[in-house]
Amino acid sequence: MSTTNVVVLDYGSGNVRSAVRALERVGANVELTADPDAVLAADGLVVPGVGAFAAVMSGLRSVRGDMLVERRLAGGRPVLGICVGLQVMFTAGIENNADAPVPGLDQWPGDVVRLDAPVVPHMGWSTVEPPAGTVLFDGIEDERFYFVHSYAVRSDPAAAMAGDPALTPPLVTWAEHGSPFVAAVENGVLAATQFHPEKSGDAGAQLLRNWVTAL
Amino acid sequence: MSVAVRVIPCLDVADGRVVKGVNFTDLRDAGDPVELARRYDAEGADEITFLDVSASAEARDTTIEVVSRTAEEVFVPLTVGGGVRSVEDVDRLLKAGADKVGVNTAAIARPELLAEIADRFGRQVLVLSVDARRVTGETTTPSGYEVTTHGGRRGTGIDAVEWAAKGAALGAGEILLNSMDADGTTDGFDLAMLDDVRAVVDVPLIASGGAGTPEHFTDAARHGADAVLAASVFHFRTLSVGQVKDHMRAAGLEIR
Repeated sequence: MSTTNVVVLDYGSGNVRSAVRALERVGANVELTADPDAVLAADGLVVPGVGAFAAVMSGLRSVRGDMLVERRLAGGRPVLGICVGLQVMFTAGIENNADAPVPGLDQWPGDVVRLDAPVVPHMGWSTVEPPAGTVLFDGIEDERFYFVHSYAVRSDPAAAMAGDPALTPPLVTWAEHGSPFVAAVENGVLAATQFHPEKSGDAGAQLLRNWVTAL
Repeated sequence: MSVAVRVIPCLDVADGRVVKGVNFTDLRDAGDPVELARRYDAEGADEITFLDVSASAEARDTTIEVVSRTAEEVFVPLTVGGGVRSVEDVDRLLKAGADKVGVNTAAIARPELLAEIADRFGRQVLVLSVDARRVTGETTTPSGYEVTTHGGRRGTGIDAVEWAAKGAALGAGEILLNSMDADGTTDGFDLAMLDDVRAVVDVPLIASGGAGTPEHFTDAARHGADAVLAASVFHFRTLSVGQVKDHMRAAGLEIR
């Protein structure tokens, strides 16, 4: 049986050890690195993200992560973004400064905006609503996942992409904190979750297993 | 459809072992932290908190090892507090595998520390721990509660409710409100204090101190706690995490 090789992109983002450990737990052979050859050769690339949108973007750029993600996707090689790693796949982040949005990787249309709820950050275990056809949530549609964030995408990327026949609209999973927001996106080789699967106990492990198995 | 109320077992750790006393004195050995964290995870704990009550820097290095070993085996969020004095302390704990870090006394002495930590790592990693008690004797504060240090032994004269609000404004992503009057008594959380802090704080609020029965946890959630934390009742198996969650669920609260 061949082992699935996963690289967790190392660009100075917070606690990534738990992501490495959780992927190992579901049977992947995991390397934490920013080495371009390793990043491009891996069966799967995980882009973690903790902290502010702008800091994550500059961290990514410092290791050419923007170019590496682009090249992997162009070559049909799977990428999974986690938390701010989901957010940076969108058009822009307005975190901290509404007048000067920070450009994201723009794989999906939409801005990352502040959550509108009585208590922010959204911190804890919430239910999600995965769409039909989901791969990530197969068998765990009714579980709760661990979220910790103050910003999110609150517009629908699938609706925004539906008008262009050249694009395949993504499968969007929604959650709610004050109002609905994007909890996960599955779009062919590019997938991402706003919550932390590596901190979401057995349900999170199953999600990572679903992703690794499909690589 | 909303976020579940979190049930958080807290492990007081010194020199690599779990300890827990009543009113922060009379420490008793209650086991291996990694083993206990694993048990709580299996019981359904939504998060685990380590409070480092070690007296020396050497003993704190032991805690780093404990955090690291726990993060290898436990896949729910881990918060570590106790003796955190600088951005570097936070960095070390996060690198060891902590997801959040609790800050207490050092922020009272130098509130800017909260902003420094939030700027560097994001406010979601920063828990402001407020050890509060009702004022007695000659001390008075507007809310009737003051912040204490040194495990509740020293009063500061700082208004606890105002401090919680200020801490959130400075960058704390969460407030851990610990009643030093109720701590270790198992007579229930200080619900009046919880109400007062909830009214001024819009970040998540963790109730701590005084849990003795499953009803106490439900009461705290109904008084605005986003999470409920306890130590002794879980350590000494008076209650299991599952029992507490069953009660809260039956009472109509959203529980994982």
